[in-house]
Amino acid sequence: MTVITVDHLQKRYGDTVAVRDVSFTVERGEIFGVLGPNGAGKTTTVESIAGLRTPDGGTISVLDRDPRDPQLRRLVGVQLQESRLAEKMTAGEALALYSAFYPEPADWRRLADELGLGGTLTTRYGKLSGGQKQRLSIALALIGNPAIAILDELTTGLDPQARRDTWELVESVRDRGVTVLLVTHFMEEAERLCDRVALIDAGAVVALDTPGGLVARVSAEQRIRFRPSVPLDDGVLTGLAEVREVRRHGTQIEVIGEGNVLHAVTAALAVHRIIANELRVEQATLDDAFVRLTGRAITGEQS
Amino acid sequence: MRVFAELTRSEFRLLRREPMQLFWIFVFPSLLVVILGCVPPFREPNPDLGGRRVIDLYVAIAIILTLASLALQVAPMALATYRERGVLRRLATTPARPGALLGAQLVMSLLTAIGSVILLLLVGRLAFGVALPRQVAGFAVAFLATAGAAFALGLFVAAVAPGGKAANTIGTLIFFPLMFFAGLWTPREVFPQVLRRIADLTPLGAGERALQDAMSGQWPAWGSLTVLVAYMLVFGLAAARLFRWE
Repeated sequence: MTVITVDHLQKRYGDTVAVRDVSFTVERGEIFGVLGPNGAGKTTTVESIAGLRTPDGGTISVLDRDPRDPQLRRLVGVQLQESRLAEKMTAGEALALYSAFYPEPADWRRLADELGLGGTLTTRYGKLSGGQKQRLSIALALIGNPAIAILDELTTGLDPQARRDTWELVESVRDRGVTVLLVTHFMEEAERLCDRVALIDAGAVVALDTPGGLVARVSAEQRIRFRPSVPLDDGVLTGLAEVREVRRHGTQIEVIGEGNVLHAVTAALAVHRIIANELRVEQATLDDAFVRLTGRAITGEQS
Repeated sequence: MRVFAELTRSEFRLLRREPMQLFWIFVFPSLLVVILGCVPPFREPNPDLGGRRVIDLYVAIAIILTLASLALQVAPMALATYRERGVLRRLATTPARPGALLGAQLVMSLLTAIGSVILLLLVGRLAFGVALPRQVAGFAVAFLATAGAAFALGLFVAAVAPGGKAANTIGTLIFFPLMFFAGLWTPREVFPQVLRRIADLTPLGAGERALQDAMSGQWPAWGSLTVLVAYMLVFGLAAARLFRWE
């Protein structure tokens, strides 16, 4: 079931086009990632979905409603990128205050415990660590028992450990049945958390797929490195249909190819009774996918 | 309504954690009255003041001072900081409205001002025999009109200032000249004629005159009340039009 539909969204600020053409749908219960470099239009997109901005073109529907529908304020929890609390308000006071905004709030004490904030309830916001502030921000986004949680650049500025803890937290949010719309510019984060990802660059969606699917698109090319047990003639490898190029780095051989190139190479080596020492297969990551896809998008635009 | 009450309660709690602001709002105005009251000539009837004593005038001036501190310094900084920190935007994503926080801040300020006024009237009465306002309804009207004009100005500052620090700076810059016309350094009653005319057209000068009238048993001059309402409308509407929530 579709909970968010974004259809040909456009938004400009003066002469600057923030969002040129963004379309995607988010299904109930998934973690949907909006991934892209800084300034790609991610935040403008999710802020339009959260009803904070009015699009110049295109339509958005959230739970079959207009994003500005006041009813949605109880159904969508939002964690904003640049939003802090009063320095001298304690975490517990913030949770109690925000829970009073909602008709059927979550039990804020239990929520705080679940998010590891139990020990910080009497700590003032200004004295919380970066990770604790993010946890509190997530707790405030969840306090109204929302159907959808929008989390914008959740882990920016966190140390690696706090980032990993936050990821677990986001997974636990999804496990509660909350649909998560996650904005990020960390590939690793999208790869780890998201069921599907919309890759946004220069205000437009350049790819929309599962993280694995995105990687597979660019990983048609594979690189294999090994050191043969005995000297090897290039012809053994270049004759294979899957192999495109063979390079030598000293005694090490690098094979670049497509499809099931690993199997073809190891089979050919076996025929010649050559052992591939230090065999290493370089797999593409979402990082590679991103570079390739955005690169292609730019050339595609020019043609 | 419950949301508004919770927000107001929260604003009170946050003010309680600002000792400097509490000092300027509660302690300083009363302290000023006490210090001036300790100067013997100020406790003597003065023919230049129509037989009133200097200390009689300073209770009303201290009330204006309290309102000016709250409206021109505390409130603009608090509101501009809320905008700067994204608190207003964050509220816009909840069922509570950002306007409710603004309202809660103003209600908290007004109630705080009333508390400080009661303290000032008691200090003046008990320590120096300054008569309580004889025209109670007039006093209430003058107080509310002055508060309205001062907070409209403060909201205007919060609306145009880019951030909390800027709001505080602008607020302080207008605080001093306006308090001068309210007679903080020299009571309006001993101003030269021209200066007094100018003072009567400033928000705090008009407020001081209206309060002084009510303290001495007269209904506040309609001219003063008109000036106050004009400031309230002009700056209130301008603030409402210009206020940016993000």
